[in-house]
Amino acid sequence: MTSARKLDLRVYAGLILFGIITPILFPNYTSQVAVMWLMVLMAVTWDMTGGQMGYNSLGNVIFFGLGMYASAVVQISMFADVAEYTASFGAMYVEFTEVQYFTGLALGIVVGGIVATLFALLIGPFMLGLRGPYFAIGTLGLAVAVAELIAGWGYVGAGSGISMPVYPGVAGESTFVWYILMGVTALLAHLFVRWLYSTQFGLAMNAIRDDEDKAEAMGIRTTRYKVLTWAASAFFLGMGGAIFGNMSGFIEPLEVAFPTATFGIFMVAMALLGGKGTLWGPVLGAILFHIVKEATWTYLLGWQWVALGAIIIINIVYFQQGILGWAQDKWPAAFGLTVDRGPGDQPTGDTRPEAAE
Amino acid sequence: MNSSQPQIEVKSVSKSYGGVVANKDISIRVPHGRITGLIGPNGSGKTTLFNSIVGYHPIDSGSITFEGQEISTLRVPDIARLGMLRTFQQTRIYKKMNCVQNMIISVSHRDEGFGGIFKQAKDRETEQQAEELLNFVGLYQKRNLISGDLSFGQQKLLEFAMALMNKPKVLLLDEPTAGINPTLINGLIDRLKRANEEFGITLFVIEHNMRVIMNLAEEISCLAHGELLATGSPDELQNDQRVIDAYLGAH
Repeated sequence: MTSARKLDLRVYAGLILFGIITPILFPNYTSQVAVMWLMVLMAVTWDMTGGQMGYNSLGNVIFFGLGMYASAVVQISMFADVAEYTASFGAMYVEFTEVQYFTGLALGIVVGGIVATLFALLIGPFMLGLRGPYFAIGTLGLAVAVAELIAGWGYVGAGSGISMPVYPGVAGESTFVWYILMGVTALLAHLFVRWLYSTQFGLAMNAIRDDEDKAEAMGIRTTRYKVLTWAASAFFLGMGGAIFGNMSGFIEPLEVAFPTATFGIFMVAMALLGGKGTLWGPVLGAILFHIVKEATWTYLLGWQWVALGAIIIINIVYFQQGILGWAQDKWPAAFGLTVDRGPGDQPTGDTRPEAAE
Repeated sequence: MNSSQPQIEVKSVSKSYGGVVANKDISIRVPHGRITGLIGPNGSGKTTLFNSIVGYHPIDSGSITFEGQEISTLRVPDIARLGMLRTFQQTRIYKKMNCVQNMIISVSHRDEGFGGIFKQAKDRETEQQAEELLNFVGLYQKRNLISGDLSFGQQKLLEFAMALMNKPKVLLLDEPTAGINPTLINGLIDRLKRANEEFGITLFVIEHNMRVIMNLAEEISCLAHGELLATGSPDELQNDQRVIDAYLGAH
């Protein structure tokens, strides 16, 4: 396992290096790469329930959108009246000082994470009682419903959305701020899941994925694990949503905050592409997916959805286990799946080489 | 604990599925620290009774107590945490995890605190225990393999080892030898007996293989058509005309 640990550290170092160098060498791509970190964050958090626990959510954008809206409300309400602000559709200009803006932003991101978490804790016990396709459809329905509710709520601007507070610093500087925040959040999320998967908690998640009835029969408190897992993924996704809302500058329910047909599907597709239920698969999948997406948007405009659709189809039809899952099937020994050499495997006594007792 | 009180007491339990009466007025006592058997032809209600005991479904009437505590209204995980586990006829393990992981997550969740669930999975002591038990069932060398890739018999042995890892007080085994290579059956009987003697686990066993159950159990109950036909020692049951008739298909 120490070799796996070494490899992990190298990948982290490589990604961090890439993250630092890219905006310096290619400043024009900073926004695109910031979105790539968001994609990584989405794939990694989706995989917590979808890959590691077997609960395929199609509605995780709820947490993304709630985080976004919660941060917007916090950022505005600290220094202005929210209802008045949203009613004026951006015409009301509030001058935020730098201190006001950044305290609001910091608090907004944290509250965004917390609100998403609370929502997951609230609906988790009910939604996670659904299994298989019912959970997928249930969460999708919930995402659509939440988006509609927000779209009808005048306090947060309803369907017209909210113009986010304007970044107070030098023009162009904000891009790097969003880039750093997004990258750090994605990194924190991945470090968190890496730790989580190494604990008893991680094994319990896998047990629920493999056979939930068996897990219950063995006395595992399945509901507790399921709800906490979803809540933890909601926390990071909520923060990601809060950052993305500020990065966008303008938020509204259907396209930006609760995009079930784009981000909602992308996060599933990315985790599947890289290999769901693996530590690095979602990261790999998100990076590849984002590169293909950006490349087709640039060079194959008009065909970009066809290209993304083709990737998803090839993935689902030909290698469902994803890139890393496929690699594990092909080179099991590299993943530690080995048989010990020794006398036969009959249950006839002590066959351990170091057996002493 | 009052020694005259059985560990599990099933009193007049009935259970129907729609119009089908699966269990009718069944009473069985499973004493502490012994091996008790449950036999009966296919469809006689053995697995239904197991399911009732471990809380898989509510019973229609009657009472089930575990160490004096009424458990017929408790749910599966609650009963499991009291120290009563069951294995499945259709072997159930965590098929995408390796054998050691299957074992480690099977530790008892009885006294687990909230902080305990964030303990590192690769805790040396737990791992060692897992390896010892895997060795006990002869799967030590396969410990790093994905458990779903094992043969059916090996999966069954793994499931048994997982149950032992939980340190239960009672283990309900649903056909432990079904599907196991005949040459391994003797080894398994030996292990079941050792689990009972060395670890002090009360066993309640459903078994179709007469040679196995006669060898294993001290007391056997026989079900037929959802009703309790007879209870007695292996010898008594083997000579009971009703039991013979039930198995030969006479009515």
